[in-house]
This record gives sequence, structure tokens and C-alpha cells, in this order.
Amino acid sequence: MLASFVRISIIALVKLLIGAQPRWVAAAPNLAQSIYFTNHSSHLDTWALWVALPKQIRLKTRPVAAKDYWGNGVIKPFIALKVLNAVLIEREVSRHTDPLAPLMEALTQGDSLIIFPEGTRNTQSEPSEFKGGLYHLAAAFPLVKLVPVYLDTLHRSMPKGSWLPVPLICTVRFGEVISLAKNEHKKTFLNRARDSILKLI
Amino acid sequence: MLNHLVNLNPNQKFYWLIGGVAMLLTIASSVGWLLQSRLNKQTNPSEKASKTVENLITRVNAWWVMLAILGIAFLAGKLGTVILFGVISYFALREFITLTPTRTGDHRTLSLAFFLLIPLQYYLIYIEWYTLFSILIPVYAFLLMPCISVLAQDTEHFLERTAKIQWGVMISIYCISHAPALLLLPITDYTGQNLLLLFYFLLIVQLSDVLQYVFGNLFGKTKVAPIVSPNKTLEGLIGGGLSAVGVGAMLWWITPFTPLQSAGMASAIVIMGFLGGLVMSAIKRSLGAKDWGNMIEGHGGMLDRMDSVSFAAPIFFHLVRYFFTP
Repeated sequence: MLASFVRISIIALVKLLIGAQPRWVAAAPNLAQSIYFTNHSSHLDTWALWVALPKQIRLKTRPVAAKDYWGNGVIKPFIALKVLNAVLIEREVSRHTDPLAPLMEALTQGDSLIIFPEGTRNTQSEPSEFKGGLYHLAAAFPLVKLVPVYLDTLHRSMPKGSWLPVPLICTVRFGEVISLAKNEHKKTFLNRARDSILKLI
Repeated sequence: MLNHLVNLNPNQKFYWLIGGVAMLLTIASSVGWLLQSRLNKQTNPSEKASKTVENLITRVNAWWVMLAILGIAFLAGKLGTVILFGVISYFALREFITLTPTRTGDHRTLSLAFFLLIPLQYYLIYIEWYTLFSILIPVYAFLLMPCISVLAQDTEHFLERTAKIQWGVMISIYCISHAPALLLLPITDYTGQNLLLLFYFLLIVQLSDVLQYVFGNLFGKTKVAPIVSPNKTLEGLIGGGLSAVGVGAMLWWITPFTPLQSAGMASAIVIMGFLGGLVMSAIKRSLGAKDWGNMIEGHGGMLDRMDSVSFAAPIFFHLVRYFFTP
């Protein structure tokens, strides 16, 4: 009850601030289990993509968020777990735990995911090099659709280090689904995945 | 009939106006449905015709929504109207800056333009502080915005960036805010009726746009500025403009003007609105876009609807202030 009230308010606020208008460049929205991977340049990224998804898809799509930030206190875990239904992961990689384990678990349950393969925010309009996570997920779940997404104005709306956003209309562009080819080399695949986002610019 | 209209109190005049516009829209909606059902009966309707009719219907539907929003704001009085135009400025500036190539060094300036300048400008209208309202942006914001940007020490395209931001702020905040600023004018023998004058202004601007579009579609042959704005035709401008001036003259009873003065005022609004549409279209194209946005279905963005308002409002405001206030 409280969670859905907060959810509706946040969606309205995000639309008022950055519009978050979806544009399905390559294909129509699809309910099939998917991993939406996108460029990461601001704190608004997750919200923009999440709001841009059609409601039915949004309900089964879980953003991935950092446990050290979203896991602390009362309000942040409430928003992350109850409102966003996020999957929390460890940013500090230790030898004993697999940081991708919570994502694998969510995919096994049939959930869709929103991930940032760059791992960290960058200041440019183009995404930087991808880390290996996307490759491992694609290899473990070959049936899950990999949907590239480009967020166009958010590096200007809320660049790293700023505390007040600038309201600019963000168009959330969904591109053509890619998949991991047989025996494809990790590096080749990650570059191809990054290119599929660059194509949307 | 005319005597009756002249002697109504402002509230009654307001309901007459809203009713009149609603009647016009009802006619427009009926024409849309009629055209569509006639198209559906044809075995092989042309794609262009069905697109035009579809666009007509979405446009009219958007007008219904806009009339409802305006009506609610007006019923809420000065506060409602000021807030409505503040929100319009916010969306207009958002569209302008989205298309403008700014850099990280402009971030703080832009945040302040949105979250400080807009509320402040409209607050000044609300408390009727005319002097500061008229210089806040051309004097203070003009000088202080580059001062804030310069702290970021990014000299790349500094003049271009600053100039573009200033244009966006002038058009989206300063110029548009002159429409609700009509409420703060102490017009002779017109106390308590300024909302009607604002309604008159908006009606003439928008009617002129709509009628130019209609006349242009029906009789348009000679393009006025094919490169800047391919839809504007001489026939549309003359037919639509003159009709809007005619309506303006007939609406003199809601204004402080005589019928002749009202025709003159409406002409000023129509001409400035037309030119504003042209200039804003050129700006939009120089920024590499066809529409400012897609907020209002069938119309494009907020600025596609407000371009003529932004140019006509300050001129109309100052004409009224010069000739009709003590």
C-alpha cells in the first residue's frame, strides 16, 4: 500500500523531471524475460529506464543496485526492495563470494533485469568499456533476451558530483536484441554489446 | 444581445467565453468525426487524407484538454493562473535546453534557471512587484548567469553556450510570463477583470494559429518562408489573420478597448504571433529538430504551442500598459 503510493509518486516525479519517454527503435516491447543493459552516467539512469518500461514489463523487471549504498538505513532499503524490487549486489569483489550470484538467482526465478555493464558511472555521452558481467549472464542464460538501451541526456541532467538535477527530456531508446554467438570470445561479445548501444546514439 | 453581453459581470462573461470556446471545439470535433466516417466509407481512402483527418482529431482533442486545464486554473484565480504559467515555462525551458548543446560547466547555472528563476519570476507576478518582474531576467539573470558558469572555468564555446541559455531563459520564462503579468496591470475602469484580458489574449493568439492552419490547408498556395516553416502560406496568414482580428473586434466587450482598438490590439497579437512562430521555427531548425518535443499530442512540444505566445505576450502587455493604465 505505502510502497505502491511511493511508486506512483516517484514515477510522476521522474516524468516531471526528465520525461523518460520510451522509443522502441528496433522492436515492439516484449514481455519475454530480458536483460536490459544500458549506459551509466547518472543517478537517474535506473529511474529513467524503469519508468520508460510499459507497466506490465516494469512489474517483472528488477534493477540491479549496489548493496553498500542501498542496503543502509530505513528509507533506502525500503525504496530499493519494496518500491523498485531491486537486486542488491556487492560492489567489493571478494574471493569467497560470486558478485553475480544474486543476479543468477533472479534470472533463474524468471525475473528480467536492468544492468549497467560499465559497472560505474562515466561522464560522457558514450559508454566506456564493458566489464565481464554481461558476458557471464549471457553465457549462463542463453534464452534470456539481451536488450541494449541508450539513455541520451542524463549525463547532462545529473553529471557525477552534482546534487541538483537539470530537467532535460530523456528519450529512452530500446535497440535490437543481441545474443551470445556460439564460441564467441568474451572480449568480442562485450565490444559487440557496447556497439549495439552506440548504434542508438 | 450585445447590450446584454456588455452588461454582464466578469464572472458571467467568463462563462460565456468558456461556453463559446467549448461550442467551437464541439463543432471542430463533429467535423473531425464526420470527415473520418466519410473516409471510412470510401473504398480506398488516400493515406494523406486519413493522416490529415487523424491529426485534426488529435489536435482538437488536445485543445479540449488545454481548455479544461485553463478553465480550472482561471477558476482558481490569480494563484492558479500564475502556477499554470510557471509550469508552462518549466516545460518550455526543458524543451529548449534539451535541444541546446550545453556542457558540464553550465550545470549549476541551468539548475538555478529552472529551480530559482522560474519560481521567483512568477512569485513577483503574484505579489505584483512590477519593477523587479521586468528587470529580474534582462538585468540580474543576464549578468549573473555567466558569472556562475564562469566559475566552472570551461572556456570552450563559452559565449555560444551563455547566449543560448540566455535565449532559452528569455523566451521560456521572461516572454511567456508576460501573459499572466497582464493580471498585475491597473487598467483604468477595468478593476477585477484582468483574467478576461488574459483569456482574450490567449484566444486571439491560438485562434490565429488555428485559423492560419485551416485557411492554409484549404486555400494555401504561396509559401511565405518555405525553408523556415513549410506550412505557413500567404493565403493562410491573410485569411486566418483577418478572421482572428475580426473575432478580436467582436470580443471588445470583454476588454477595456473599443471595437476599433480591439481590432488594432488583435492585429498586433496576430502579427507578433506569426513572426514568433517563424523565429522559433528557425531556432528549432538551427538546433537540428523538427518539433520541440512531443508533450501535446498532434501539436508537438510545449514550445510548438507557445512560440507565438512568447512573442506576442510582451508586446501586448506593453501596449496595454502604455495606452490603458494611468
